[in-house]
Amino acid sequence: MRARYAIDNSVRYLLLFSALISIFIVFLIGLFTLREGWAAFRGIGLVQLLAGHVWRPGREEFGLLAMIAGSVLVTIGAVALGVPLALGGAVFLAEVAPRRARDLVRPAVELLAGIPSVVYGLFGMVVLVPLVRRIPVPGNTGYGLLSASIVLAVMILPTITNIAEDAIRAVPKEYKEGSLALGTTYWQTIVGVILPAARSGIVAAIILGLGRALGETMAMIMVIGNSVIIPRPLNANPLTLFLSQARTLTGNIAVEISYATGLHESALFATGVVLFVLIMLINSLARLLMRRRVS
Amino acid sequence: MYQRNRALIGVGLLILVLMVTVVACQSTPTKPAETTPASAPTGLSGSISVAGSTTVQPLAEKLAEAFNAQHPDVQIDVQGGGSSVGVKSAGQGTVDVGMASREVKQSELDEYPDLRVLTIARDGIAIVTHPDVPVDGLTKEQVKGIFAGDVTNWSEVDGPDKPIVIVAREEGSGTRAAFEEMVMGGEEGPAIADTAILQPSNGAVRTTVSTTPDSIGFLSFGYLDQSVKALAIDGVEATEANAASGAYPIVRPLNMMIKGEPSGVVKAWLDFILSDAGQAIVREEGYIAVK
Repeated sequence: MRARYAIDNSVRYLLLFSALISIFIVFLIGLFTLREGWAAFRGIGLVQLLAGHVWRPGREEFGLLAMIAGSVLVTIGAVALGVPLALGGAVFLAEVAPRRARDLVRPAVELLAGIPSVVYGLFGMVVLVPLVRRIPVPGNTGYGLLSASIVLAVMILPTITNIAEDAIRAVPKEYKEGSLALGTTYWQTIVGVILPAARSGIVAAIILGLGRALGETMAMIMVIGNSVIIPRPLNANPLTLFLSQARTLTGNIAVEISYATGLHESALFATGVVLFVLIMLINSLARLLMRRRVS
Repeated sequence: MYQRNRALIGVGLLILVLMVTVVACQSTPTKPAETTPASAPTGLSGSISVAGSTTVQPLAEKLAEAFNAQHPDVQIDVQGGGSSVGVKSAGQGTVDVGMASREVKQSELDEYPDLRVLTIARDGIAIVTHPDVPVDGLTKEQVKGIFAGDVTNWSEVDGPDKPIVIVAREEGSGTRAAFEEMVMGGEEGPAIADTAILQPSNGAVRTTVSTTPDSIGFLSFGYLDQSVKALAIDGVEATEANAASGAYPIVRPLNMMIKGEPSGVVKAWLDFILSDAGQAIVREEGYIAVK
């Protein structure tokens, strides 16, 4: 009996140790990124770095506004395209699908999460970009926010679908039964009772997907064009904004880090800090919403 | 049953940890094993650290490999980092040999007066278009105008009435730096247009140009293939022969830099690179030999 407790205890410490390691690593990465980026924050200034719209390292000009705009816009695009699909999928899986359909669809969705980023990028580059290029707008090269948003929308599908499905399943059966007993149709019950009851979980799912979208790098580099410009509409139609090329914060780091030295390198780490803070904010928001659901 | 399972898992975990610990302990001996001085036929031994341009890197690795075959006791460690890193680390003496895929700038020579520059090979930069673009040649000035964003339609350079799509490399790339230096006019010249699609490697530029109608880009000669069309510049075809003869105007040097006069193993390796055997490897890798 005693030996068994000894084992239990040692396992407990072992698990505690594993948990502490992840905190330690996050802390170290944050510290290191901040330290490396510090020279840029000091030398360039926070305001200039965040609000400057010219990024030309060769001429010592470092403004991240174009990249921040790129990241935000592509994320908005991905959410706009991906969330309706993901929610539809989640409702289908949780409420509508017969068991056999579910057994087919769910692994397929999960498989999406396992496809390497670079494969999405390649698919985007050789299939999506030529398709997008067919939209007859002068200046449309196919590379840009729309292609990137579509790729990203598919990439965040599994995250949102899985968490939203869990949230929908967690809605007490009594709600559904009560609603149906009042004579509503199934569809009315889903829209009027189940989805509102699962709302906070669904919002958390969307925000987690958003975090994933912001952090995506490789696929973005391959389809977004990487031009350092603040996206603007190509003609009078404001929607052509999404045909414009752009560069994301993550892409900025990945594209330039192998050559950067001195202030340029530091500015790239500062880009990392900006990204780190953005993603941390988004994740805390998701956590907050998830906690509210539990209580 | 449940209890027993838990105990089993616990024991399993413990064993795993023990195993990892033991293995980890074994693999951290007190000191790295002394390098046994094997009786090398040449007697040369030592180590060379090399860093810099990612364009020169694969070539340097091949040259290191071949040298190593003759002198097994010489360790050559080749790292990337980019041309600027190559100049800087050679100038500061943090590596024995730096690599750059462009001319060393005057400002860099001023900063590191001890720097010796050795051109080990040359590489042409081809201006390429999508294969369906019916333009076969441009002047250097026209190329400059296109990349600066002043010429935006193929009709301005005797092509069809189609907007030009510019594809370029990212800031910091040696290929881009060399292109800017030789075509755009260096520091005083115009910058490459903001609207250019930027791709982070020669391979990605080639894929982009080959799949984007009406596009134009630039590529290291080593990356040319059937998927893109190389343009004649100032009437000279982009071929290795023309680049070697000096007729083709956009050719950059691949440089190795050292601080002060080379000696010992470093000198031996550099001599090897410029020897017939070394230059043969340069040719094999698709670059233009200097000897």
